Amino acid sequence: MRFQFKTSYNDDINIFKNRYHVFWYALLGAGLFALPFVLGDYYVAQAIFILIFAIAGVGLMMLVGHTGLVSLGHAAFLAVGAYTTINLEKLGVPFLIALPLAGIFTGLFGAFIAIPVLRLIGIYLAIATMALSIIIEDIIVMAGPITGGVQGLSVDSIKLLGDWVSSDIFTVDLYASPYKFYFLCLFVAVLVTLLTINLLRSSTGRAFHAIRDSEVSARAMGINVARYKTLSFGISCFITGLAGGLLAHYLGHINHEAFLILTSIELLMILVIGGMGSVHGAFFGAFVFGMLPLTVTVLIETFGAPLGINSATFPGLSTGIFAAILVGFILFEPYGVNGMWLKIRTYFALFPLYRKDMFKRQKTYLKTERMR
Amino acid sequence: MQLLLSGLANGCIYGLLALGFVLIYKASEQLNFAQGDMMMFGAFLTITFVNNEWFGWPFLPGLLAAMVIMGTITYMMDKYLFRHIFGQPQFAMVILTIALGFVIRFVAGVIWGHEPTAINTPLAGKQVEFGGLVLGADDLSVIIVTFFLTIVLYLFFSRTKLGLAMQACSQNQLAAYYMGIPVKRVFSFVWALAGVLAAIAGVLFASKGTIDPASGLLGIKAFAAAVIGGFGSLPGALLGGLIVGIVEPFAARYLAPGFSQIAPYGIMIIVLIFAPNGLFAQMQNKKV
Repeated sequence: MRFQFKTSYNDDINIFKNRYHVFWYALLGAGLFALPFVLGDYYVAQAIFILIFAIAGVGLMMLVGHTGLVSLGHAAFLAVGAYTTINLEKLGVPFLIALPLAGIFTGLFGAFIAIPVLRLIGIYLAIATMALSIIIEDIIVMAGPITGGVQGLSVDSIKLLGDWVSSDIFTVDLYASPYKFYFLCLFVAVLVTLLTINLLRSSTGRAFHAIRDSEVSARAMGINVARYKTLSFGISCFITGLAGGLLAHYLGHINHEAFLILTSIELLMILVIGGMGSVHGAFFGAFVFGMLPLTVTVLIETFGAPLGINSATFPGLSTGIFAAILVGFILFEPYGVNGMWLKIRTYFALFPLYRKDMFKRQKTYLKTERMR
Repeated sequence: MQLLLSGLANGCIYGLLALGFVLIYKASEQLNFAQGDMMMFGAFLTITFVNNEWFGWPFLPGLLAAMVIMGTITYMMDKYLFRHIFGQPQFAMVILTIALGFVIRFVAGVIWGHEPTAINTPLAGKQVEFGGLVLGADDLSVIIVTFFLTIVLYLFFSRTKLGLAMQACSQNQLAAYYMGIPVKRVFSFVWALAGVLAAIAGVLFASKGTIDPASGLLGIKAFAAAVIGGFGSLPGALLGGLIVGIVEPFAARYLAPGFSQIAPYGIMIIVLIFAPNGLFAQMQNKKV
């Protein structure tokens, strides 16, 4: 058992709680850094996919997990980020500038959308954002000059410094140099994570949490609810836009099918599987989401062969399994993989004293917000 | 006018699906995103009973059997799945039903395959002449059934004891329980009812064309209908469905291509912004 004595006010909000904390994260960082040197190209591409969805997940988590606003339409912002990045690059803007610009543009777009939409509460917000996602899907098809219509756009490899410095060192391509792409994504992911946790330990982040827990009491404490909600939406879209830019380069060719309403739903599912209300959750969820199809295929090829089953027998099997896992998590472990991890960690941290009921949920009853 | 009529029939399907949403919302204040997939599943069940390559029963007994099975499935779903998150925030239920929808779609794909399938109905192909307008018998039956069901459900909620009990449950679960209402059983019952409704909607939808597992996504459009009408109101759901159904063919005819897809959602967003609780609002400001 280990005790943490807090000796200053900063102990409450420091990023690292103690030296052990620093050690474990340093180990994780080293592991992630070494990853492309250990794994083959195929797995590195898989890791890139996971990282991109983790970035988008962190963005959505800001909104859903920390501010309590459920968005079922984040694929729309993914699309805005992707198309903005590609078009800026076509205009000759180097990637290192185009990506943040695309993020900022997506953030502003999100904040603009947020102004009318955020007047809605609870479930209605989710529905409105879902409609937004569907509408954007069709706008992509219609806005041919920007998006290439149904055919979509093919994406060149990333030139970090554009045409200013045309050296191979600054060209990042998924197939020619996956490890460079991996480090680029890792860099963005770390940056975004630091941004998020720094924001969350500031007064802004505490305002977000207050709004999530009770809008009425947040207002009573003097928080400008509308402003902070819009801010949260904007930041969330900013991060999602960055992920969109990376996703475009990952896919190599984008059209409206990359940004269906299903993508929005999957993003939300990632958060629920990972664990609501924690930055860890986005990463855990993206990991499960990214690794599941691969795992399912491998399992089927291994164990299904004697039964005459292969991965083509049941199309959509991994989506079905993903959804089934999700159902299990909601019913039995509402805080997702992160909740499981916390339980295991607490078990060892408090070794003989852990009790089963420590994470028990309070009984709640729903009261209507709709009165006659 | 012909556009209007065909839109009317389509709208009635959306309306029926929206009725399913509203039913569950009215009783438990939960949203069921799996309604579209339940509809698809019900239609496939009926196909299994009715079509010649399967059991080949006559139409009505087959439909009845499918309705009973759908009702039982959804009853069980509530009893064994949704009970675990009883009283949790609405959001948990939204994700749960979305995930269940995926599972249902997958199961249907495994059992019945992904090809579009048509259903054997006694009405297929017949037409009714109606003052110079030609109306398919299937369209007519859709319209009649929908209006009939809406009226029955409306009376059920406003007149019968069980209907009132459902409304009480939705407003305050704990208080309803204190008043001696078996809240859990009421919820299971309303889910069963929604399942039956989904089966009917599915059969009507399939009778107008074909159905495949991806048809479940139609639920999203019905959702727009329910929002336009306002979640707490049965006639509102029907009206919303009609609006969506009628707007679609007109937008397809008179607007640039592509707009007909998004027109329903456009209307929905406008309604949400200007009348956030739908046209038949049932909400007041939240008090602490």
